[in-house]
Amino acid sequence: MLSFLIRRLGQSLLVMLAVALLAFSMFRYVGDPVTSMLSQNASVEEREQLRDSLGLSEPLYVQFSTFVVQAAQGDFGISYRNQRPVSELIAERMPATLELVAVAFVISLLVGVPMGVYSALKPHSWLSHVFQTLSLIGISLPTFVTGILLILTFSVTLNWLPSFGRGEVVNIGWWSTGLFTASGLKSLILPGIMLGLFQVTLIMRLVRAEMMEVLRTDYIRFARARGLSNRAVNFGHALKNTLMPVITIIGLQLGAMIAFAIITETVFQWPGMGFLFIQAVSFVDIPVMSAYLLLVSLIFVVINMIVDMMYFMLDPRLCADRGTANSH
Amino acid sequence: MQRLMNMRDDWHRLLDSDLFYSFKGSRITVIATLVTVVMILAALFAPWIAPHNPFDVATLDLMDSELPPMWLEGGDARFLLGTDSQGRDVLSSMLYGLRVSLVVGFAGVFVAMIIGVSLGLLSGFLGGVVDAFIMRVADMILSFPAILVALLINGIALSFLPQEVMHESALYVLVLAIAMTSWVQYARTVRGSTMVEKSKEYVQAAKVIGLHPLLIMIRHVLPNVLGPVLVIATINLGLAILTEAMLSFLGVGMPPTEPSLGTLIRIGNEFLFSGIWWVVIFPSLTLALLVLAVNLLGDWLRDALNPKLR
Repeated sequence: MLSFLIRRLGQSLLVMLAVALLAFSMFRYVGDPVTSMLSQNASVEEREQLRDSLGLSEPLYVQFSTFVVQAAQGDFGISYRNQRPVSELIAERMPATLELVAVAFVISLLVGVPMGVYSALKPHSWLSHVFQTLSLIGISLPTFVTGILLILTFSVTLNWLPSFGRGEVVNIGWWSTGLFTASGLKSLILPGIMLGLFQVTLIMRLVRAEMMEVLRTDYIRFARARGLSNRAVNFGHALKNTLMPVITIIGLQLGAMIAFAIITETVFQWPGMGFLFIQAVSFVDIPVMSAYLLLVSLIFVVINMIVDMMYFMLDPRLCADRGTANSH
Repeated sequence: MQRLMNMRDDWHRLLDSDLFYSFKGSRITVIATLVTVVMILAALFAPWIAPHNPFDVATLDLMDSELPPMWLEGGDARFLLGTDSQGRDVLSSMLYGLRVSLVVGFAGVFVAMIIGVSLGLLSGFLGGVVDAFIMRVADMILSFPAILVALLINGIALSFLPQEVMHESALYVLVLAIAMTSWVQYARTVRGSTMVEKSKEYVQAAKVIGLHPLLIMIRHVLPNVLGPVLVIATINLGLAILTEAMLSFLGVGMPPTEPSLGTLIRIGNEFLFSGIWWVVIFPSLTLALLVLAVNLLGDWLRDALNPKLR
């Protein structure tokens, strides 16, 4: 266990270093950081001063190690476009994204798991067929098309829900939340559904497939032979064992949702990290881009690592190498 | 004459095959094929069947702007699906957009296939350090969602390129971004089957008579590992079209001067609140239909050709 843990940790560190190298070379070689950071009419002395303070005249490996150390402390430099520290910008935007992802995650679980369980227990009922068809459409419908259709229906035509922004937010310390105001909650509904819908179809198909597999096993047949009630068999025995593998894959999806939030945030002009990143891409604001990249990679690496360890702990039969092969 | 007979024989063999039998049996696959073929033909012949040329500024008339589809009140028979804010025919823009989407999709899949197959062959055949390195990079790419990797490659490429060539090179950058996100699947599959083939006698024999390893890889191993690759390619086509549309929708893909379906949806999205819904709805539905049809086709092909790939 310990050796596996150490090896896995080493792998994750290597991935993070590779991403850091990418982010660093973007910062160093795309355009001149000094020209990008200063205004047009900065004097030569100012330029030299900034060049020195950025450490650009040091050898490359020193620059890289400084970059890594500073990034590890949350210092990503100054945004070219806003002339503000990147860490500040990201800290401002992070609550919006995390709240959106959390709401979408809850929606997808509350809808997806029951749908999957139902269609596994009654695979031939008409409702299961409806679910299957819906899930096929859900997987093929591009998420931004879903978002546009939602806005067109509920904002433009019916005028029930807002189509952009977070509504009113309340500040709790540095965390700004939209969960405690009516307009904040209303603004969360459509983006939450849009981001959650794709996951709903995924979770539903996963739960259905896993549960049908479990229902075929011997211990379920024995449980029925013992005369246990359907409820006890289905929910006490089958569902419990279904959820084990499902939880790990859903965990991986949590990371994917943070990335997919970029699209949702663009459609709904949601002031989150993804929207910040897209703006940074179109303005070639390298510090913001590399900070977002590093942060999202970190979230991913941590989630992947936790999931791998859960595999290991839940099922000791698995050798460590097979645990990583499953993360698509 | 003989060749013609051979072709007819081949045709009959195809009609008699298990594959065609399974094809006929699945009504939804037949419909999906029809939809895909119609869309590909429409895209191919866009310049001939489109009623207007959306890129020819001279034919645009601002008087024709924001007309609803033909069957609605105020619609004009010349514009079947209505016009956008500049008087462009929505149907014509869509046909040209479909063309760009399909070109990027097919090219992306093709380039990914070439990268993936070559790296997979190398990895499986050579083993050792090369194999370890390629597979670690593959693991790394696979642990991030495709859209993020594509966005990143796109962002880096665009920031390296000078402003002037950015618009012309958007298509190539997109193809590259899509290829870089999806080569891993080919590489893994080809690597696996190459490792199996490597130990077979014909490869040993080729080694013994002193053929160059590169020649063995390309002439002898490659033909035997290509089967599953074609299935993966079909499945990935839908994903490639979707990735292109997402990037274009986010504003980092095709520019408005050469719009794909995603770009059209992006432009239409800006007019969502001015009531001209047809500008955004028709390209959206076309995109969704195309991806659905291609996905259905890929699913069927996977099940019919290779039940083990599930």
